Amino acid sequence: MPDPATPIAPLPTSPVSTVQPQFASVADVRERLGTAGYLADDAIATTVFLADRLGKPLLIEGPAGVGKTELSKAVASCTGAEMIRLQCYEGLDEARALYEWNYKKQLLRIQAARADDAWEATHDDIFSEEFLLARPLLSAIRRDGATVLLVDEVDKADVEVEGLLLEVLSDFQVTIPELGTIVAARRPFVVLTSNASRELSEALKRRCLYLHLDYPTAEREKAIVLSRVPEVPEKLAEQVVRTVRALRAMELKKAPSIAETIDWATTLLALGLDTLDEAAAAATLGVVLKHVSDQVRAVNELKLS
Amino acid sequence: MTGGLLDREVEFVAALRQAGLAVSSAETVDATRAVLAVDLLDRESVRAAFAAALCKRPAHRRSFDALFDLYFPARIGDGAPAEGDLAPELDENGDPAQVDPRLLRELLQQALLDGDPETIARLARQAVAMLGRADSQPGRQSWFTYRVLRQLNPDTLIAALLAAMLGEDERGGFAEKIARQTISERIRQFEQAVEAEVRRRLAEDRGVDQIAKNVVKPLAEQVDFLRASRDDLAELRRQVYPLARRLATRLTARKKVDQQGRLDFRRTVRASLATGGVPLVTHHKPKKPHKPELVVLCDVSGSVSSFAHFTLMLVSALREQFSKVRAFAFIDTCDEVTRYFTPGLDLGSAMARVVREADLVWFDGHSDYGHSFEVLVERWPDAITPKTSLLVLGDGRNNYRATGSAALKELAARARHTYWLNPEPRHQWGSGDSATAMYADLVDEMVECRNAEQLTAFVQKLLPV
Repeated sequence: MPDPATPIAPLPTSPVSTVQPQFASVADVRERLGTAGYLADDAIATTVFLADRLGKPLLIEGPAGVGKTELSKAVASCTGAEMIRLQCYEGLDEARALYEWNYKKQLLRIQAARADDAWEATHDDIFSEEFLLARPLLSAIRRDGATVLLVDEVDKADVEVEGLLLEVLSDFQVTIPELGTIVAARRPFVVLTSNASRELSEALKRRCLYLHLDYPTAEREKAIVLSRVPEVPEKLAEQVVRTVRALRAMELKKAPSIAETIDWATTLLALGLDTLDEAAAAATLGVVLKHVSDQVRAVNELKLS
Repeated sequence: MTGGLLDREVEFVAALRQAGLAVSSAETVDATRAVLAVDLLDRESVRAAFAAALCKRPAHRRSFDALFDLYFPARIGDGAPAEGDLAPELDENGDPAQVDPRLLRELLQQALLDGDPETIARLARQAVAMLGRADSQPGRQSWFTYRVLRQLNPDTLIAALLAAMLGEDERGGFAEKIARQTISERIRQFEQAVEAEVRRRLAEDRGVDQIAKNVVKPLAEQVDFLRASRDDLAELRRQVYPLARRLATRLTARKKVDQQGRLDFRRTVRASLATGGVPLVTHHKPKKPHKPELVVLCDVSGSVSSFAHFTLMLVSALREQFSKVRAFAFIDTCDEVTRYFTPGLDLGSAMARVVREADLVWFDGHSDYGHSFEVLVERWPDAITPKTSLLVLGDGRNNYRATGSAALKELAARARHTYWLNPEPRHQWGSGDSATAMYADLVDEMVECRNAEQLTAFVQKLLPV
């Protein structure tokens, strides 16, 4: 307890966190993401560049398996930043996302206190840095070095978590009642991903730059396959990509992701096949379609039987 | 930012708002900062910058692109001729002479075979310049998409393209299927490019604002097939969406308040620190919030089509908020339609697909509530559980068929609550072929629901805070 006679100190004016851009230009983004193994198109490169330049969080939305998480990993690796990941799930709360007091340690501290210790000292002591457990959001804000904060699958978390994110993402600061306000020394590069399983609140969207990632164009997907599996002949890559696109155009439970396209090319290569014909497709369909009903459908529509 | 660009941006934002995108002032400021950070001469970068700041729903992307092309056109008039362009021959008046469409068709065929998007777009531009113009009034020209597409008729190229892509021996099988898919994708690309170019030409002749008003039309047309003007829809959407959100938060909030769960050891011990380690106050874990499970069963037959529109909109709004909503639609048999309402999808196309693809007609396409209830009980026995609230939407006009009351009774007994929303005025209930009276006894409550206001009232009564 503070001495009642002491006047309450005025709140320190909070320093504004600084934006330190990592990329020089859109072309620079594309090139460096390329070295990290991520082939970005114009829209992706421009949006990443802007998020970095304006210091705004980047919300990436799109179907599963189009490389949303992969993109943030690539950004982290090509800027040499440390990636801090907050995986969202139902029931995620403040104590898991932001910070928590290490009450066990606090308890020990109290019990270990000698009788002649002043209570004031103990009290001030147990609410200090030493007893604070930083969770991803706080850790990302406190770091001095370059940081990429990935808030993965925001749509899985409850609506309340969005409220929590609002404060952190708009001001890049966290208020801990016992310690005061912690302002980011350096703004982390924040990426939020969502599978759009529910619509996020307008307030959250307003604070972010938005990138809708969809399945890539045939050319880009082919380039991705060729860069990831360089041994695959170009003709086979083209066939695989076209077939996957035909599959995606169908009404399937789960459309094939980019990773599955790559897997398919690898599989065909491992089997020593250099062309994707009916027999090969029918035999290896399980690599890209993971539901029986989807497989039945594909076999019928593509006339594989 | 130069004054001209800023003015243009403000006009662009106004047009976006008119097209139904909710753009805030803060986002406009972001867009300005974003555009200034990229290379203004790179049009695609400018587009991406605006999109990142202004367009935050995939369903809006088409309107956004169309408006962007209008307000920030790639070129003026015929533009500078690019390498490889066909030079239009000029007649004695200096106007482009009538071009032989066959030549363009040949070029188009090659472009579609190669599949290079830039060549396809360039051809679309040329095709519009050469074939798309018509004199609508003396001294005035107009541009038409259909003139271009009719004369080039890209769909008739499919056979030749297939032959070029495949050897003769591969016809009819898997390879052809894939090739067809590829070709039709490229033809669609070409058609879209033609449309965009025609819009740009029109905007040049008549002024951007005039055209911008019509750009959003395709979206409205898709929605239109069940009824309701675009304004109606926008209004309805404005009312229904917050309602769905409120429904979602209420369903979860209510349970948290009134029940306490197991002892929360961690919080209790932590709280005990305040009292020297003696746990004077116990803390409890909140009961796991009740997962609202909602099953919506709606009549989408012709007699209630305007209502069906409204209910499907509600279903789609609910689907965006809860994960556990299952929707079933019926006419004279019942099918699950949840999959058509993935969040963020354009509502109009979702509805069109429900009608086209779902298995709703079994016998003659007139409402049959009895059979539909039976099918629901039989085919989806796990859909209704004691945790489920069942919401039936329909007028109960059964064409004098068997009411299937046993099946409905079973559904109602299994569900936690059963409510029936009826779009007919209350005084018409039970008249003629309406089996409403019988059904009203079986469900918890049947309420009249003809507009968003009545729906609001229902939601509020259903879920007192």
